[in-house]
Amino acid sequence: MAELLASKAMGTSLRRVDGVAKVRGTAPYAFDHPVENPVYLFPVQATIARGTVSWIDTAEAEAVAGVIAVLTHLNAPRLARSDDAEYAVLQGPGIGFRGQFIAAVLAETGEIACHAAGLVAVGYDIAVHDASFTAGHPGQYTPGQVNGGAVPDTAAGDVEAALAEAAVVLDQTYTTPAGHNNPMEPHSTVAAWEGDSLVLYDSTQGVHAVRQTLAPLFGIAPENIQVAAPNVGGGFGSKGLPHAHVVLAVMAAQCSNGRPVKFALTRQQMFSLAGYRTPTVQHVRLGADGAGRLTAISHEVVELTSRIKEFAEQTAVPARMMYAAPNRRTSHRLVPLDVPVPSWMRAPGECPGMFGLETAMDELAEACGLDPLELRARNEPDLDPETGKPFSSRHLLECFTTGAGRFGWDRRSAVPGGRLEDGWRVGIGAASATYPFYRNPGNAARIAYGGDGTYTVQIGAADLGTGSWTVLAQIAADALDCPLEAVRLEIGDTSLPVASVAGGSSGTASWGGTIIAAADAFRKEHGDRPPAGAATQAAAPEDPEAGRYALHSFGAQFAEVRVHADTGELRVSRMLGVFSAGRIINPRTARSQFIGGMTMGIGMALHEAGIMDPRFGLVVNHDLADYHIPANADVGDVDAIWLEEVDLHAGALGARGIGEIGITGAAAAIANAAYNATGIRIRELPLTAEKFLS
Amino acid sequence: MDKRISLLVDGEERTLTVDTRTTLLDSLRDRLGVTSPKKGCDHGQCGACTVLLGGRRVNSCLVLAVAHDGAEVVTAAGLGGGGGELHPVQEAFLARDALQCGFCTPGQVCSAVGMLQEAATGQPSHVTADPGRAVELDDAEIRERMSGNLCRCGAYVNIVAAIRDAADPGRTSGTASAGARP
Ligand code: FES
Ligand code: FES
Repeated sequence: MAELLASKAMGTSLRRVDGVAKVRGTAPYAFDHPVENPVYLFPVQATIARGTVSWIDTAEAEAVAGVIAVLTHLNAPRLARSDDAEYAVLQGPGIGFRGQFIAAVLAETGEIACHAAGLVAVGYDIAVHDASFTAGHPGQYTPGQVNGGAVPDTAAGDVEAALAEAAVVLDQTYTTPAGHNNPMEPHSTVAAWEGDSLVLYDSTQGVHAVRQTLAPLFGIAPENIQVAAPNVGGGFGSKGLPHAHVVLAVMAAQCSNGRPVKFALTRQQMFSLAGYRTPTVQHVRLGADGAGRLTAISHEVVELTSRIKEFAEQTAVPARMMYAAPNRRTSHRLVPLDVPVPSWMRAPGECPGMFGLETAMDELAEACGLDPLELRARNEPDLDPETGKPFSSRHLLECFTTGAGRFGWDRRSAVPGGRLEDGWRVGIGAASATYPFYRNPGNAARIAYGGDGTYTVQIGAADLGTGSWTVLAQIAADALDCPLEAVRLEIGDTSLPVASVAGGSSGTASWGGTIIAAADAFRKEHGDRPPAGAATQAAAPEDPEAGRYALHSFGAQFAEVRVHADTGELRVSRMLGVFSAGRIINPRTARSQFIGGMTMGIGMALHEAGIMDPRFGLVVNHDLADYHIPANADVGDVDAIWLEEVDLHAGALGARGIGEIGITGAAAAIANAAYNATGIRIRELPLTAEKFLS
Repeated sequence: MDKRISLLVDGEERTLTVDTRTTLLDSLRDRLGVTSPKKGCDHGQCGACTVLLGGRRVNSCLVLAVAHDGAEVVTAAGLGGGGGELHPVQEAFLARDALQCGFCTPGQVCSAVGMLQEAATGQPSHVTADPGRAVELDDAEIRERMSGNLCRCGAYVNIVAAIRDAADPGRTSGTASAGARP
């Protein structure tokens, strides 16, 4: 057990330190950075899903006044490496998905670039493509591993025999559609070559990851790439690693006579170029004895990947550790298609997987004649069912009991469809939430004393709305045992010590833990009265307990919905999340993050679905008018609370991360509430009105 | 085709040459370096570009600059007046943590200021029960009237609370600090 850092600044509801600049709009995001004499880039995208560019005519585009260059695969600079097909931009005529970059116009203004891009004429050799995702697709295969590094399949005991003998069996298939991250800030890059050095303002969840990715592609040393991202307008995974547009912007900057290139994807382009969540088909089978104790859990998932680059969402992974059962099986199969490259979207794996599992648990509770919360209580494992390790902290049931009282679970009608108010059927539902603890290696922090009582704390971390500017300052103040006002935090730049990506809800623990280590090292080296200019850089400490515990966060999601008896319209009137996530550094920003995840869960439940037209490989609803994310009026009374807790086995910080757990279980809680309201069980997201009218 | 126009932006007289295709949003951001309004979609679908044009909220990505020669534009950067002080709506956003990444926030703030004015002058919304009477700005009204401003971070609950506070500072119940606990 690491020695815990005592809380002074931590635990207080400090206002966001970047808040004033953000309510005024003066905090610069990537595209906002002023640069001298910029060139604007607008891309041309493939309009077929598979094949090759047979000819491309740029003459008309080049003739437009103000056009500086038109790049195609025929004249674009060669990359030093092109083994990653997503990054091999304009390296050949091949087309792997509709929407892929096939040309780019550089011009004096955005209007000119956009206009000229429309004048580029293209001919194709069209190959037969396949963009039809079905669970029975004959091309499906088992990936070597799933996202996060876990094995694709697991098996323990004899699931088939246990199901054959079970008193109660639940056997259902659940589906989730494609989801698109849609951060409000489109993916944007400003790229400039200054001699041999590359300078980027990028909208990214990790400046160092951008540098590490680009260096081998362009054959330059990482030190010759500077990336700045002081403010990031959301990412939710889609800015976790650079996508093709960053490569294109850098390439274009090699062809712009030294002028900086500005490139922001349009909202429409984001749907094929910025990653998205795969649709999933989840076959869940649960067996239970007469008392509702699980004897078998089977969660078998089919999902897609792009043919040109594999991404394997770890959808069945939460079923490995949620509930006790002696016989267990999980599997992942990928259908390779000629579609845009899927990637991380908030809580990859846990988010779709907990929809299937937690809807199934609700169904099993009814089949067993048990209250859904009681069913969870009867299946609480003593040890992590998958690894046999003790949980560092598992308070799932406490989350449920705390939330049940507060939410008014006792008002839930045991019989579905039992509450009708003003023409609306009202129901209440619940679901478990979970997310693993990740702490990433590869972090360092530097602390320097200014002589005037102030400490400069540097780490190349990111704030995408997560509150890092605020909570890392709080952690640093306590680590240095100094007032908060004495901390000058610097993040979001590769000139600062290396930091891991803001992903996997790992940021605060990874970066904060490193800052604590650097503060310790600083005090050891310089004492409590350091001379002006004293500085120390330190890496994150080894975790002496690594591998001894199963570390996961848990939560209980409660939802009240109203489904209109005549129209099927569904409204989420109330939601409460109760979470157990270790130490909470800043209650104000933490609540926002939990609520934000739950709100995205409302979107997932109610309306988010990327619609692929398999005839064309096109995401049909590729804008915010047709791909609905929650608007203000979609969100009722949503609140989040948490258990007071410090994880004694999660380093000196004792925090497990909160960015993603809020979306897990949220859609299941809403679907379960909708069943309680109507008696209609929807197993295919989203819960659109027509599904309640059959 | 280019045209010379002038705009009064956040209290400052600005003269510029614009392509007749240039939106007000791009004029502000790319020509004048006023980057407070953001571009989330460029199609009137997200509200991130909301500014006050002649005192009314508009999606500046849907407005051609050339059509508004001489107009007054107020962005979130200019809402609070020249001395750097914040507008009460901005103060309320901070107090309620009505933002996360902050990208939608300048648009939310401008939209809220415009919306409060609309409600004060009795303009009904889709959820107004009796359009003939003064608007009572309850949560349902605020949600409806703010639904043109998307927030992917999901700050709506706090945005509504902030606007409720700003609309009627005396009425507010509950504390401004977050983090209710069991
Ligand atoms: S950028 Fe104008 S509404 Fe989205
Ligand atoms: S605060 Fe991030 S989109 Fe609203």
